[in-house]
Amino acid sequence: MAEKTMVEAIRDALSEEMRRDERVFVLGEDVGGGGVFRATDGLRDEFGEERCMDTPLAEAAIVGAAIGASINGLLPVAEIQFADFIHPAFDQIVSEAARLHYRSNGAWSCPITVRTPYGAGIHGGPYHSQSIEAFYAHVPGLKVICVASPYDAKGLLKSAIRDPNPVVFLEHKKAYRLFREEVPDDDYTIPIGAAETKREGLDMTLVTYGLMTRYSLEAAEEVQGDGGVSVEVIDLRTVSPWDKEHVLESVRKTGKALIVYEDNISGGFGAEVAATIAEDAFEFLDGPVTRIASPDVPLAPYSGILEEHILPNAEKIAAGIRKLAAF
Amino acid sequence: MVSVSDVPGAQGLNKGQLRELYYKMFLARSVGERERMLNRMGKGPFAVTGEGHEAAQVGTAYAMTPGKDWALTYYRDIGVALTLGMTPQDLLLAHLARAESIESGGRNMPSHFSSVDLRIVSGSAPVATQVPHAVGIALASKMRGLDEVAVAYFGDGAASVGVVHESMNLAGVHKLAVIFVCENNQYAISVPASKQAAITDLSIRAQGYGFPGVTVDGNDVLTVYSAAKEAVKRARAGDGPTFIEAKTYRLVPHTSDDDDRRYRSREEVEEWEKNGPLVRFRTWLEGNGVASKGEIDEIEATATAEIDAATEYAEAAPTPDPATAMRHVFVEEE
Ligand SMILES: Cc1ncc(C[n+]2csc(CCOP(=O)(O)OP(=O)(O)O)c2C)c(N)n1
Ligand SMILES: [Mg+2]
Repeated sequence: MAEKTMVEAIRDALSEEMRRDERVFVLGEDVGGGGVFRATDGLRDEFGEERCMDTPLAEAAIVGAAIGASINGLLPVAEIQFADFIHPAFDQIVSEAARLHYRSNGAWSCPITVRTPYGAGIHGGPYHSQSIEAFYAHVPGLKVICVASPYDAKGLLKSAIRDPNPVVFLEHKKAYRLFREEVPDDDYTIPIGAAETKREGLDMTLVTYGLMTRYSLEAAEEVQGDGGVSVEVIDLRTVSPWDKEHVLESVRKTGKALIVYEDNISGGFGAEVAATIAEDAFEFLDGPVTRIASPDVPLAPYSGILEEHILPNAEKIAAGIRKLAAF
Repeated sequence: MVSVSDVPGAQGLNKGQLRELYYKMFLARSVGERERMLNRMGKGPFAVTGEGHEAAQVGTAYAMTPGKDWALTYYRDIGVALTLGMTPQDLLLAHLARAESIESGGRNMPSHFSSVDLRIVSGSAPVATQVPHAVGIALASKMRGLDEVAVAYFGDGAASVGVVHESMNLAGVHKLAVIFVCENNQYAISVPASKQAAITDLSIRAQGYGFPGVTVDGNDVLTVYSAAKEAVKRARAGDGPTFIEAKTYRLVPHTSDDDDRRYRSREEVEEWEKNGPLVRFRTWLEGNGVASKGEIDEIEATATAEIDAATEYAEAAPTPDPATAMRHVFVEEE
């Protein structure tokens, strides 16, 4: 076992899957040379340019061709260079990949993985920072994963590639090289749709995913130290289908729920979590279901000062915890 | 008696094959008419059919090897579906949204053809989205060392959509075994060709993507077949894509919800009807001694009987069980 960054863990997952199954191949812009985040570094040398294919700069065709290749027996992993540029492929993902199986009454299926770096906090401005999970989590027939840690990224990417359904795999770009953690060298998978309790607590359930997991854990440590509030932190990891039971069980125990996400607050995925808790755990609540998220401005302004002002961080989360704890 | 292959323009087809072509064309025409009739009777909520496109559809599909080559169709392609082996019964079950419809079991709109065995890939309604699938299928064929061909069908309106251009470009770069078939009926609902593109022959676009494009008389089935045969040959040999533009005309409203009198004159429609693909091929068959008037009548009677039986079967077939509405969102794993 070695300490790896998330981007190294992703590269390992890709190369191991390509070695394990010759149907797996990677396609996208600049992937041949390793990709702009280096996630596909070395794949062309090992597997050749056909299985690590540079495509023209055309997102709808990248995803559309991946769909076609999956129909004809392959397991494509399409890379969209930034989540902000996936929008031209929305039609292919939503109208085609997500609906093919249902509309054909189960006759056809579409085992593609669409990987893309998402998220803010890197001075990427309004077109290299977006969170896009809510658009896709809304669509039946898609699985949507958000990762921001090396261990989860490797195990979940392997599951995504092996899944017989289309999977949108979102990698928080700030987490690519933010920290290292132990990642097994050998094969392991993490089930899609399984949340993980990253920290146990008694007073409050904090539900989050993506990079906010890290900030939420920091905040939870801080409030434990000063005010003695014990926060349970759950990382959803998969936002669709999401692990409702895991969350509800925790809320039934703690009686309070705080939901933290990086995306804009209105219609963000956390809204769905909040609605579910309110519906299914109402009698256990002794405080309002509360959200901390970015306000409704295009994510994210380029200036570091503006960006920092907008995005949730450990400090804002800690303040939210204290407020809810005091209720 | 002259053997048919000696008849100029028979494209190497024998008598039986030429008659089969006519049979498929007539079948396509009649299934369309039947669906529109069932719609008017209030039995099917929606009909979208392809009367007038028979030569373009049957002529191209006849050059394919069913079950080996791939068809990415659009809603007008009744003739493609029937030529590749779907039956009037399959189409009418879909029209009436019956549970056993192999297209979709009542989930998709009618004329969204699908058959796994025949490699007719289930389609959607946003136009042109199927085109990159043909490219991906052909990419996989190439990677797997298979000599299958993927044929993408779309209209002149759909030809304006960005992904068609993205797809042609990608297919050109990798010299993939894709045939782009544009059924140019000169209207996208009410929008005429002149408002759709600044050029007359859409096939010249292929040049910009590095492969040949041809514009053919899409109402002459043998001309269409000849172009498709050549394109299939090129694709199978690894010589890359071809764009075929078949100029044709839709003789019926866009769908059962359209009134085409709003945007085109009856005289225009009648003019095209006189020179429609069925009339022309029938005249050719008779004139070249391939089939007598009596034999053609017989072909038509057989097709009509098949459609009558299919209608009866489909009407009696069970509707979907509401309890199944939630199934197949995801692959059900054992
Ligand atoms: C992306 C998209 N936009 C609009 C529509 C609505 N619509 C359905 S068919 C059609 C016209 C298509 O014309 P064409 O591609 O020429 O095919 P034709 O119907 O003439 O065979 C339109 C606008 C659609 N289905 N998809
Ligand atoms: Mg048209």
